[in-house]
Amino acid sequence: MTLREVKEILDADIIVGEDQLDKEVHTAFSADLMSDVLAFATAGSLLLTGVTNPQVVRTSEILDIAAIIMVRGKRPSQETAQLAQELRIPILSTRYILFETSGRLHARGIVGCIVKVGDRSDVRRDKV
Amino acid sequence: MSEETKYEGHFAVEGGNFRNAGQVSSRIKNILKDLGCDNDIVRRAAIVTYEAEINIVSYARKGLIHLNAKPDRVRIEISDEGPGIADIELAMQEGYSTASPIVREMGFGAGMGLANMKRFSDNFNITSKVNEGTRVVMQIDQVR
Repeated sequence: MTLREVKEILDADIIVGEDQLDKEVHTAFSADLMSDVLAFATAGSLLLTGVTNPQVVRTSEILDIAAIIMVRGKRPSQETAQLAQELRIPILSTRYILFETSGRLHARGIVGCIVKVGDRSDVRRDKV
Repeated sequence: MSEETKYEGHFAVEGGNFRNAGQVSSRIKNILKDLGCDNDIVRRAAIVTYEAEINIVSYARKGLIHLNAKPDRVRIEISDEGPGIADIELAMQEGYSTASPIVREMGFGAGMGLANMKRFSDNFNITSKVNEGTRVVMQIDQVR
């Protein structure tokens, strides 16, 4: 799925990355705790979060996250948007809550970047 | 190449400077990529350095990140001047944290930092002196 389709499914605004809407995504991770994002999110995934400060962009850069989706109508601070612009990481903003955002994307074929933590299904989809 | 590809360097991190937290880790990630390290090694080195950098910014007065890397082996040594950790075993427990509200607002401070650093390193060592500082040495040399 392209970011353009993600934007449409989530009725989202593009805050940063209007020029990157053809980027393909297949997996996602949803969390507000950046340490969990670092522990579990995989390269090329969407990050669905309610965190809006610059650390969400830094965390995304460290992990090569494809795009950040801010949920619950959150918008990045000016500093956050500026950093995302610099690092070329798209930011979308949707008014859907995290549960709805995740569900709507999952229903259309986006899957979790790992399935489950701590057993044999703890598989990184980018390695499958 | 006649000479072995390697990199060695120091990076200073300022305590309390939340604005720049993560900058050094980004740089280190790019250095490792350029060095030709395996993607998984780059990813894990970037994650542990970032957690360490967040810790310095969150708790210490200042810190130094020392990187010593070859394509198949990355060694990261973190030393900070700060309050130190009185009970390392307790601090290593997932969920234990003494973070301030500002650290929590950034999406950290849930007691996962040291645990993540250990989880993503192939070798992890931490020592600390109260009122002096903390030293963490991490090595990443195995593709998982």
